[in-house]
Amino acid sequence: MARIDFRQVRKRYAPGLPLVIKDADIEVGSGEFCVFVGPSGCGKSTLLRMVAGLEDITSGDLLIGGQRVNDLPPAKRGVAMVFQSYALYPHMTVAENMAFGLRTLGADKAAIERKVRAAAEMLQLTPLLERLPKALSGGQRQRVAIGRAIVKEPRVFLFDEPLSNLDAALRAQTRLEIARLHRDLGSASMVYVTHDQVEAMTLADKIVLLHAGPLIEERGSVAQAGPPMALYHRPASRFVAEFIGSPRMNMLPARLLDAQAGHAEVELAGQRVRVAVDARHLERQADVQVGVRPEHVVVADEGEGAPLPASLLHVERLGDTSLLYVDAGPGLDALTVRVEGAAARAPGARLTLRLRAERLHLFDAAGLACRRTVELPT
Amino acid sequence: MSTQRSRAASAAIYGLAALVTLVSVYPFLYALSTSLKTGSALFDPSLWPSGASLRNYASLLSDGEQPFPRHVLNSIGVSVAVVALSLALGVTAAYALGRVSFKGRGLLLGTILAVSMFPQVAVLAGMFELIRALGLYNRAAGLVLPYLIFTLPFTVWVLTTFMKQLPKELEEAAIMDGCGPLRIIGQVFMPLLWPALVSTGLLAFIAAWNEFLFALTFVLDNDERTVPVSISLISGASLYDIPWGKIMAASVLVTLPLIALVLVFQRKIVSGLTAGAVKG
Repeated sequence: MARIDFRQVRKRYAPGLPLVIKDADIEVGSGEFCVFVGPSGCGKSTLLRMVAGLEDITSGDLLIGGQRVNDLPPAKRGVAMVFQSYALYPHMTVAENMAFGLRTLGADKAAIERKVRAAAEMLQLTPLLERLPKALSGGQRQRVAIGRAIVKEPRVFLFDEPLSNLDAALRAQTRLEIARLHRDLGSASMVYVTHDQVEAMTLADKIVLLHAGPLIEERGSVAQAGPPMALYHRPASRFVAEFIGSPRMNMLPARLLDAQAGHAEVELAGQRVRVAVDARHLERQADVQVGVRPEHVVVADEGEGAPLPASLLHVERLGDTSLLYVDAGPGLDALTVRVEGAAARAPGARLTLRLRAERLHLFDAAGLACRRTVELPT
Repeated sequence: MSTQRSRAASAAIYGLAALVTLVSVYPFLYALSTSLKTGSALFDPSLWPSGASLRNYASLLSDGEQPFPRHVLNSIGVSVAVVALSLALGVTAAYALGRVSFKGRGLLLGTILAVSMFPQVAVLAGMFELIRALGLYNRAAGLVLPYLIFTLPFTVWVLTTFMKQLPKELEEAAIMDGCGPLRIIGQVFMPLLWPALVSTGLLAFIAAWNEFLFALTFVLDNDERTVPVSISLISGASLYDIPWGKIMAASVLVTLPLIALVLVFQRKIVSGLTAGAVKG
């Protein structure tokens, strides 16, 4: 129903302190589910609170539905927020909690009653309407917090790490409920903050990954924005490549030998390795990093791709897959390799890794990615 | 440590508790007993009065010279006004001091505490001038202002401490729900601060109810007095006659409202003094 635009938004908590948010340009489309994700201290909650109106904007513009809202009080923005701690009013029943915002805005009684009933029905809270928050479980409180947002029929829903207080099983269930809620409510945009990349990958139409620390000053707050699979397969920088994906992407130091339009060749641990990227803008002999995800390394004595001899350090068996930690030679960090099934190898075994050109990423010395010339299969 | 106390330890604890109760309650019982005695029976030290009568109470309540019922009403009025004003000012001040961050907040809190450190006598002369200038001299209602000097500092301090413990997200949720500061205080924070309000309100009530020096100094008119002064002025038939019975009857009457208040609110007081000690 309403798009959100951040235009060159900056935030500094006090003069003299470093920027927490720098030059954030973010678009959240109407009806889109957008997830802000990043390491702690990246300012993702700050961005969310700016949309809510709980945080001032130092410079730049914030638009909701095309209207500049920098100076609009929170209640007039048509947004509703679900807090990490739920922030239910402890002295009010579930029904009163949900009705409070509408009562404050002066809606008429019958309308409030009807909206609360409808929201309770949707969230299966009807039998709990007369209970106090202290008599509810964590998951129920969470649903009340969401219900409190729904009754206001906002243009934008804001979620601040809503699942972090729940245990693992409940978290997966509530994640599904939120995804379903987004489908049911259809028109409302949602902005969701999390540090958990599983939540980000599974819920988002669009992920906005934010820099932390010195990178904010260097490159601005937004590291990369786009659909989850775009961030996964076409990371714009080492930072993105290493943040998205678990276990994280392996990074192998290498030297650029040759760069063509369709591929580049690098020297990696004494081997000549072909990478399907366009690295013509880099100088020959430049130091680069080759990135490869654990599931993209193949263990095979024969076959396609550059061979890399290695010895097995440790095996973690997860049932459906196993993680192999291997030593691929001096000067390289231990690599993580994901293979199907329960690997039957013992530590110390010799094996050959195969690096296939179209599965590799290449990052320059500054950590920026070279453009891929072959799409990775999704 | 064993959770089960030994028999001897239990006995000791109950014995000590009984002793403390006895020591604190005995004077009141003696006052009660004395108030029921008349004439020479007053000088009989037995706790159980022989020939108890309510004559002291009757003469206290009917005596035209000292309008005691009127004084009780004055005291109730003043104390209630002091409690209401202290809590209203205390809660709003505590919101500012506990929830809003501004420069000099610590200094301000320190200053408020410092106010309560002046002995009453030190502010008496200045306060007298102030009361006169404001035209409040010789009126019971005028006592409300000086009483705020000693009720406000602790009200503000205690409520600020409680206010600080309320989660920030609760306030933000209320802001998102469209509440201004007054609504946040009134509809979200006050219900949660209830125990603290009862405790501080009760302490303020007791302080105002018992106050003597200001009441003696700022009120001359016999109709405008409050009970502590009233009791001190109860006189007998002659200069040398101290009407102990009547004085004790007045003391008992004055203590009863406090006991009633404490009994009514005791559960709240206990939870008020411990609330916030642990999370949840």
